[in-house]
Amino acid sequence: MSKSERPNQLFRNLNAKIASIPMILTAVVVFVGGTVWTVLYSFTSSKLLPRLNFVGLDQYYRLWSTSRWLVSIENLAIYGVISLVFSLVIGFLLAALLDQKIRFEDVFRTVFLYPFALSFIVTGLVWQWLLNPDFGIQRVVRDLGWTSFSFNPLYDSSLVIYGISIAALWQGTGLVMCLMLAGLRGIDEDIWKAARVDGIPTWKTYLFIVIPMMRPVFITTLVIIAAGIVKVYDLVVAQTSGGPGIASEVPAKYVYDYMFFAQNLGQGFAASTMMLLSVVIVIVPWAYLEFGGRKRG
Amino acid sequence: MRYKILTAAFAATVALNFAGPAAATDLEVTHWWTSGGEAAAVAELAKAFDATGNHWVDGAIAGSGGTARPIMISRITGGDPMGATQFNHGRQAEELVQAGLMRDLTDVATKGKWTEVVRPKSLLDSCTIDGKIYCVPVNIHSWQWLWLSNDAFKKAGLPVPKDWNEFVADAPALEKAGIVPLAVGGQAWQSSGAFDVLLAAVGGTDAFLKVYKDKDAKFAAGPEIAKVFKAADDARKMAKNTNVQDWNQATNMVITGKAGGQIMGDWAQGEFQVAGKTAGKDYTCLPGLGLNEVIATGGDAFYFPLLKDPEKEKAQEVLAETLLDPKTQVAFNLKKGSLPVRGDVDLNAANDCMKKGLAILAKGAVIPWTDQLLSQDSQKQKEDLFSEFFAKQDMTLEEAQKRFAAIIASAD
Repeated sequence: MSKSERPNQLFRNLNAKIASIPMILTAVVVFVGGTVWTVLYSFTSSKLLPRLNFVGLDQYYRLWSTSRWLVSIENLAIYGVISLVFSLVIGFLLAALLDQKIRFEDVFRTVFLYPFALSFIVTGLVWQWLLNPDFGIQRVVRDLGWTSFSFNPLYDSSLVIYGISIAALWQGTGLVMCLMLAGLRGIDEDIWKAARVDGIPTWKTYLFIVIPMMRPVFITTLVIIAAGIVKVYDLVVAQTSGGPGIASEVPAKYVYDYMFFAQNLGQGFAASTMMLLSVVIVIVPWAYLEFGGRKRG
Repeated sequence: MRYKILTAAFAATVALNFAGPAAATDLEVTHWWTSGGEAAAVAELAKAFDATGNHWVDGAIAGSGGTARPIMISRITGGDPMGATQFNHGRQAEELVQAGLMRDLTDVATKGKWTEVVRPKSLLDSCTIDGKIYCVPVNIHSWQWLWLSNDAFKKAGLPVPKDWNEFVADAPALEKAGIVPLAVGGQAWQSSGAFDVLLAAVGGTDAFLKVYKDKDAKFAAGPEIAKVFKAADDARKMAKNTNVQDWNQATNMVITGKAGGQIMGDWAQGEFQVAGKTAGKDYTCLPGLGLNEVIATGGDAFYFPLLKDPEKEKAQEVLAETLLDPKTQVAFNLKKGSLPVRGDVDLNAANDCMKKGLAILAKGAVIPWTDQLLSQDSQKQKEDLFSEFFAKQDMTLEEAQKRFAAIIASAD
């Protein structure tokens, strides 16, 4: 495959290259161009319309001294950890249970995956009702006789982000389960047989043999979940619209509110640049380890 | 055979096109008037416009101004402008006008002698940028009202209070009777607006202007404003158990006697009317919270984006004239519960509360509203602060006031 033997590298697979030009253009102009434009205008004092009068880091100073932004970041961290840990753990457990050659597997799989077919807006509204103290779970349990039962996360500032996480887990775990199930099915039957011959208990086989073998599936799942975490917006809007007060605000909502409600594009761009930066900080070291390491090895 | 059918169908559509009156032009009008009373009011505008031979295409956007304005603005800046659109007059559309996206209405205004008929004058001033008029004010909405449920006070065995201080004193008795003393919905603009009303009522007109007009941050951090925060603290304690989001749901709590009162603009009156309640008998209204009888001259106005189609431009002019027509003004404002922008119209049909408002207006006890004084950016920061303040009972007054002063210091 050395290059000297094939001088016309550029014209190899010409058809394929021409065919991918539109996508390359989209990626460059829309993604990269849009990103650069946003970052550039985050250093300006643009209000309703983008204008190029630079104010340095003013927007960022203001951003990091705004309590709403700090609350948003904190909420995103809590929400992120909860959805990452629980959707992986629950998703894997469900998949492992489904993998025991049980009856009606198709039915269970459909039931667990079904919430994923709903949009976040619908999910949010459903859980808004379920968690409403006057109509939802609290009311049902009280009507059953436990009159002192109290479960009111959405109207309690310190609990509201957990109420939102519950809805997100309900919606997202099914997908994780399906991905995990596909991964489990990809493990060769012979490995299980070998482990059984060696007398390794099932849970140890899962933990030390199967899971390490499922690494690619885990990485795919991780990327999907992480992308969902950073961009969470519609769920919050539908469930609490950021309330009570500002207790369940998230960064994406801050960006939208300041760009459009407050007519302050500069501030919104600064916030979205910070969101991009946080993604980059997570992705770059991981990509370096993942891809950079392999080349050397 | 098929060809014939096609021709027939074609002929039919052509015939249909010519069926309507020759001058009929469709004009899409966007607004956020979607609650019961508001929808009834906007239907009056549509009726008046349709009567001129044009056609009002209703573009109602649900979910209050905060949701609707971004949609309107992105349609205008994105090159898909509607025929006309509602904004609160003041600074919401300022940049759109500066960017040359809005139509200059000065000709229509001179023809209709708007400067003479529109009162108070400050309304037209907020439509004027660089000496040109860009919007048609349609009503005066004032925030300074305390709506009280007579039933709720009867249930608690109390006389209906005369002002805010008496109301605060009645709160424990109301709570004992199982009534939420003050209804404040969860949307951020409601708590922020309630604070502004308290500022004008408890602090007085001068304090209000010093903070929002002169943007005096030192004054905003001072003892006089601390008094206002004390009142706001009373309000948040009284509103603790509200658990509703939308303003009309909160108003509904007052209508049904589940809440003692609500600080809300006069648009709440439309809801009382739709529910068939009578002012004075079923509910009581206290302008300026009974402490400082002023009304703010905020309100709604229609802006006309620049269009290329000359037919539509003409229809825009007709609409602008229709909106200020005395008959339209009366019909619209009676349904809406707001005050007309013309001083020369007959409002005998107005109810008690509107008459109180008209009397204050005639006395000239008016203040400009925050929509006219502050940019949307400052308003939003204020909303964030007060929605946090009302939701977080343990946020101290000192901290809240410090942050308030900081917002005023950076306000524009």
